[in-house]
Formats: sequence, structure tokens, C-alpha cells
Amino acid sequence: MVGTLLRNTLVIGLAATGLLPTTTFAQSGYAAPGEIGLQAGVTPIMDSITAFHNGLLIWIISAITLFVLALMIYVMVRFNRRANPTPNRFSHNTLVEVVWVVVPILILLVIAAPSFAVLSDQMTVPDGERKYLGSDIFSWGEVEVPAPALTVKATGFQWYWGYEYVDQAVGFDSYMLDDAQLAALKPGEPRLLAVDNELIVPVDTTVRLQVTGDPGGVIHSFAVPSFGIKTDAVPGRLNETWFYARKTGIYYGQCSELCGKDHAFMPIAVRVVEKQAFDTWMKTLQQTGLDEATLTLASID
Amino acid sequence: MADAKAAHHDAHADHPTGWKRYVYSTNHKDIGTMYLIFAITAGIIGGALSGFMRWELAEPGIQIFHGLAQMVYGAPEASALDAGKQMYNVFTTAHGLIMIFFMVMPALIGGFGNWFVPLMIGAPDMAFPRMNNISFWLLPPAFLLLLMSMFFDGTSGLPGVGGGWTIYPPLSTSDATGPAMDFAILSLHIAGASSILGAINFITTIFNMRAPGMTLHKMPLFPWSVLVTAFLLLLSLPVLAGGITMLLTDRNFGTAFFVPSEGGDPVLFQHLFWFFGHPEVYILILPAFGIISHIVSTFSRKPIFGYLGMVYAMVAIGFVGFIVWAHHMYTTGLSLNVQRYFVAATMVIAVPTGVKIFSWIATMWGGSISFKTPMLWALGFIFLFTVGGVTGVVLANAGADRALHDTYYVVAHFHYVLSLGAVFAIFAAWYYWYPKIFGLMYNEFLGAAHFWITFIGVNLVFFPQHFLGLAGMPRRYIDYPDAYALWNAVSSWGYVITAFGVLVFLATLIEAPLRKRKAADNPWGEGATTLEWTLPSPPPFHQFETLPRIS
Repeated sequence: MVGTLLRNTLVIGLAATGLLPTTTFAQSGYAAPGEIGLQAGVTPIMDSITAFHNGLLIWIISAITLFVLALMIYVMVRFNRRANPTPNRFSHNTLVEVVWVVVPILILLVIAAPSFAVLSDQMTVPDGERKYLGSDIFSWGEVEVPAPALTVKATGFQWYWGYEYVDQAVGFDSYMLDDAQLAALKPGEPRLLAVDNELIVPVDTTVRLQVTGDPGGVIHSFAVPSFGIKTDAVPGRLNETWFYARKTGIYYGQCSELCGKDHAFMPIAVRVVEKQAFDTWMKTLQQTGLDEATLTLASID
Repeated sequence: MADAKAAHHDAHADHPTGWKRYVYSTNHKDIGTMYLIFAITAGIIGGALSGFMRWELAEPGIQIFHGLAQMVYGAPEASALDAGKQMYNVFTTAHGLIMIFFMVMPALIGGFGNWFVPLMIGAPDMAFPRMNNISFWLLPPAFLLLLMSMFFDGTSGLPGVGGGWTIYPPLSTSDATGPAMDFAILSLHIAGASSILGAINFITTIFNMRAPGMTLHKMPLFPWSVLVTAFLLLLSLPVLAGGITMLLTDRNFGTAFFVPSEGGDPVLFQHLFWFFGHPEVYILILPAFGIISHIVSTFSRKPIFGYLGMVYAMVAIGFVGFIVWAHHMYTTGLSLNVQRYFVAATMVIAVPTGVKIFSWIATMWGGSISFKTPMLWALGFIFLFTVGGVTGVVLANAGADRALHDTYYVVAHFHYVLSLGAVFAIFAAWYYWYPKIFGLMYNEFLGAAHFWITFIGVNLVFFPQHFLGLAGMPRRYIDYPDAYALWNAVSSWGYVITAFGVLVFLATLIEAPLRKRKAADNPWGEGATTLEWTLPSPPPFHQFETLPRIS
């Protein structure tokens, strides 16, 4: 306990002074206790967000903040009433006024170049040809991503998610497990994140994700931090995004648009499994049912 | 001086006394004082609501709201949990709306704007004194409607508006079946009308009633900031009024502006809302910019650095503020090109904002700074606004916002610019002009204690929320996964410290009138050069009966 506290204090201190990219104790799937940075990513998109934020943005904003702080401390020490009893009267200096317009513009350009590239990656569904940035946000794109091999439709309801495998014409609903169910069914999984039926997808596969809201319902938002995706589920609209998960495991997210009293209680859980296991699961789901299909996964893990 | 004293002497001859003096008031100073008292009252209510939220979030699990719902609404025990969850959303909604419409705007624009725009431009009063009266008196009923909305049926038998201050449909239309939402809509209509009338009054006053010789380019920065703000109000509030009227007719009269099954579009409301909502955040902060400039200059005993740059930075921020609204909507399904445009436009705002920050520092550079309470708040403002500003640059990037949208990072960002920015400016202005308004000196020790306690408290509340947001904790959540426990606990303890700061503030309000330290006409010395310091403290009921001439 004391050790954790000390470590946290140290990390806060370092992070507050901008000395540390905020990835210190990231883990897969959901936030670690006391987490101060982005969750670890398992898709090229989250890699680029992480590189953009941890590798560039946080350094620039920390530097600017510390620069302003340093200037303030300097004027407070050097130009206080005791140190400088007689004030100067100047109120113009064309050179510095030009500098503090031009330099911020240059900084913004340095941010904008990778920013547009990261954004374009997110908004462009792979066609198999296009290369993606991954962690190297100052490249022209080096990561190959295959064209989508699976289309999943997520529908936000009050207050659960419905998943539909569009081409396979199967689907099911996904509800949060309450504390009693969690203890009985999936002990060890995180509270408020674990669900009865996870969305199952194959690893190393591009998944096209369609997101919409219950036609008579309200807006929700489908978000999985480890994948770097967040897309609103709007009634009457079909939004599209995509992900390519390279690591098996369960990745959690939470509804990210206020949707009523149980907004905090409709998590998203995506279980990424081996391709083989996915095929078996899908076949069983189509032929017998969800419960039997789930059993095939449990035996593989 | 003699004239002013004479005017003071028979001040009671030409205006009503007792309660009529205030209810019938057409005097900009009396109306300003009423706005300030109103804002303090609303601020305490809005702050108390956030106290319950922080109490709830101090630990994982639902701690207090089911009990609170039983106590306040008499919810039966069986459904107390559901009532509590709705009540939490009602509290976040009411906290946001109260702080924006009934605390910051009345304090900065109605309160300090009314008091000091006429004084600083050398005008006897506002251009339309009776309209000024109704601008103020529309606010209490609007506030009352909002408070009442918390107790009317909201959704499926649970009371209150739980749709957030953004009141997006369909959550605010088909889902909010009870009359609570209609109360909130009417409250915003009335508060909006109040603000539009105020804006017209300020624009007319500033354009027509400046003292002889005071050209726009000689006008002090606070009236300038209020002028820009008034234009933003005038152009943005009608769009909100239109949007919420469409909500009202969708709810009650069978229209389908936002009903997808009948050809409407819920995202249309978001465009309308944010076309108002984004200028609104500049409405909240621009008057603060003006105030900070005066305070920094006064206590550095140095003229404002780059006056014209400061003026046109505010004009630029106001203008660009109208063309960046969809950066609140990156996840709604906007196309790539639309997102690219809003990223670029949003980042542009960083440039004039940077000009302001650096000009404040340059104003202090070479000065002779004394650290009186108003200056402490102003310095706190500059640093905290910088922190909130740079996280704004992060959020401007749609690519990064994908991870941060609707998380606590956003909550931290806008509280750094508003709760720590605008509110620090309000307190800076309060202490700066307290001697002028009341003719009394506040207690310097209590004022400084108020600053330091608040500074520590609010940073503890909001800095850890950056961590929560980066780690993925969504906003508007009554309960959160256990991983977020640590920083939520820190944040809640920060609230306790901040609340203690509020008590110190209330103590300053009691101490000053008890001790009756008479304030000089200009307690701040040679650095305070604007016209209000040429008048007695407090100023006479009517001032500038002979207009001052500006050379």
C-alpha cells in the first residue's frame, strides 16, 4: 500500500512536470489501478493515437505550460515591488509581438501534420492497399492492414448493446453483469465492465464496425480505448469505423454518450480470439446457439 | 469632487427607496449589485450540487444518491437505486446549466459589466435603463423554473432533467416524457431573452455613450471584452432559442425536427446547440480576459502591453469562435473532410489566445508588481487558463479526441478554462472592485487565504481528472470501474478543500462590513488609470453628470 502510494506520488510528480510520457503502468484491455495515461493499444489506430499523444502532444503542451510558468516566476521575482521599485512604461515591442504570433503557428503546424495523418487513418477503412501509420506518425505509412473480412453491426439500446454479424446473419445482445452475476459467472473480471456475452472477433483480421442506435431510442456511443475507436450510435444513422486487433484477449469499453439513468452500466466487451477458434465459434453459433458457441471458446482458452 | 458629493447628498430625491429601489431599479450600479448577489446565490447552489457529485464519486459503487433520492423525492426503497441514478444525471445537468447561465454570465456580464462598463467609458448609465431592469428581473424566474424542473416528472416517473446541459434529443424528447424538460427549456428561453436584451443594451451603450474623446481604440479593455461578448450573445443565443424551440415543438406539438423515424435528424440539434455552445464558452471567458488585463496592469503599475493586439485578439477569438462548433461532434459520424476543417479552424484559436497570455506577461515585465489579493487571483488565472488552453489544443485534434471525447479529460479541460479560469477572474474582479462597489476594504489576509485554499483545492479536484480521462473514464458516470478509484478519491478531497475556501470567501463578506475600513477613491495607486477610480468609493448614485473629456 505504502509502496503503491510512493510510486504513484513519484509518477504524479514526474507527470506533473512533464518529464514522463504517461504510459507508465498501462496494461491490456482496461485501465490499471491509478492509471494516469492512455490504455495500451492493440490496433494500428491506437498505436498512432498513443504515439501522437504520448510522443508529441504531451511534450509540447508540457513545454508550453512550463515556459509560461517560468516566465511568470521570473517576472514575479525580478519585477516585484521590492526588486524593481520604479516600473518601466513601455507598452510595445514589435519584434516580440511578431515572434509570439509566428512561433505558435509553427508549433501548430508541427502538430497539424501528424494530426491530419492520424485522423485520415481512423476515417479510412482499409482496402488492403493503403498503408497505415501505426506508431510512426511521422512516416508516410508503413503498416499493412488487410481489407475487412468481417462486418459487425453494434446497436445501442437502453441499456445494452446488440451485436449482429451482418454477413453471417446471426446476432445476440450483451448486458453488463451485476455484482452477483459477476461473482457467480465470471469471477476475476472487472466490475462494471464484464458482460454476459462478449462481442467475439478474430485476431489479425480487419473488422468493419457499423454503429447505430435503437431506432426508437436515444444516442449512445461505442468506444473501446484499446482499439482507439469511439463512434456515436445515433438512431436513424449508420456510422462506420473499423479495427484490426493484433492480440487476443478481452478489451473493454464503456458507453460514451449520456443515454439515461443506466448510462454507466452498459459496457462494451470485445473478445479477440484466434481465427480458428472464431470459425468454430461462429459455426456453432449458426448451427446450435450462443450458449454452445460460448462453450467452444471456454474450452480453447 | 464637490459636485459628486452634492449628487450623493440628494441621491434619494430622485429614486425610489426601500424594496422599490431594487425592484423598480433603472440604475446600472444597483442592477449590477443585484446581479452579483444573484450570481453568488446561484454559485453556492450549483457548487453544492457538485459537492454531492464528488461525494458520490469519492469511492466506487453507488454511495449516496439512492439515499438522497429517498430523502428528497420520497422514492420508495425498491426503486431508490433507479431514482438515485436519474438524480445523479439531474445534478450534473443542473450544475452545468446553473454555473453557466446563472453564475458566470450574471457575474461577469450582468454584474461587473453593468457596474463598470458605464463607469469605464464615462457614461452616466446604460443606454436603456428600463431594459436593464427587465434583463435582470427575467433571471430569477428563469432560475426558479430550472430549480422547479428538478422536482417535476422527467423520464418514466423519475423526476428532473437528466439529459446533461447539452440536452441532446432523443434523450430530451422521446425519452424525457414528463414536464421537467419543458421547464428547463422555458428556463433557457427566459435566461436567453434576458441575455439578448442585456447584449443589445451593452452594444448600444458602448457605441453611443462613450465620453467625448474616447474613441474605440482608446476604450479600456474590459468594455471592449464586453462589447465582443455582447455580439457573441446577440448572434448565438437566437440559434439556441431556435434549437430548444424545435425541441419544445417536437415534444409537445408533433413536429419531427429531430425524430429520425419521421425524417428528422438528432444530429441537427447538436449542430444548432454547438453553434450556440461554442461561442457561449467564449462568452464566459472573454469578459474575464478584459478584467485580467486591468488587474495585471494596475498591480504592475505599468500600461497594458500591446493594447491593440489585445483588442483584436479578442475580436479574432470571438469571430473564429463561431466557425469551430463541430469540434464537439467529432464522434457523431462527420466525414473526414469536415473533421479536417474543424481541426484546422480550432487550432487557429490558439494563436490569439497565446497573444493574450504573452501580452499579460509582457505587461508585468519591467513592472513593479505588488501581490494584492486581486493580483493573486489574476496570476492564478493566467497559469490555470494556460493549462486549460493547452489541453484544448490536444482536444482540437480529432485524431486524439477519438480517445478523449466524452471522458474526464474533457471535464478537466473545460473546468480549467471555466471553473479555474472564469471563476478565478470573477474573484479577481470581486476583490479588485470591492472597494469601489462597497466603499470598504476587504481583509487582505482573508482574501489571500481564500485564494491559496481555492488554488490548491481546485487543482486537486481537476488535475487528476486528466489522468482519469486519459485512462478512459467516461464523463457523466455515477459509478466507475475500480481502477479509477485513486484519482476520483483525490478529486473528491480537493472538493473538500475548495468548499473550505468558499467558507473563507463568505467570511470576507461578513468581516468587511463589520470592520468598516473606509476605502479610498483609488486604493490601488498610480497603476489604476481607468475612469472608475476618479469617482468616490462607492460612486454617487448618478455619476458623470458632467461628462469627462478624454484627451
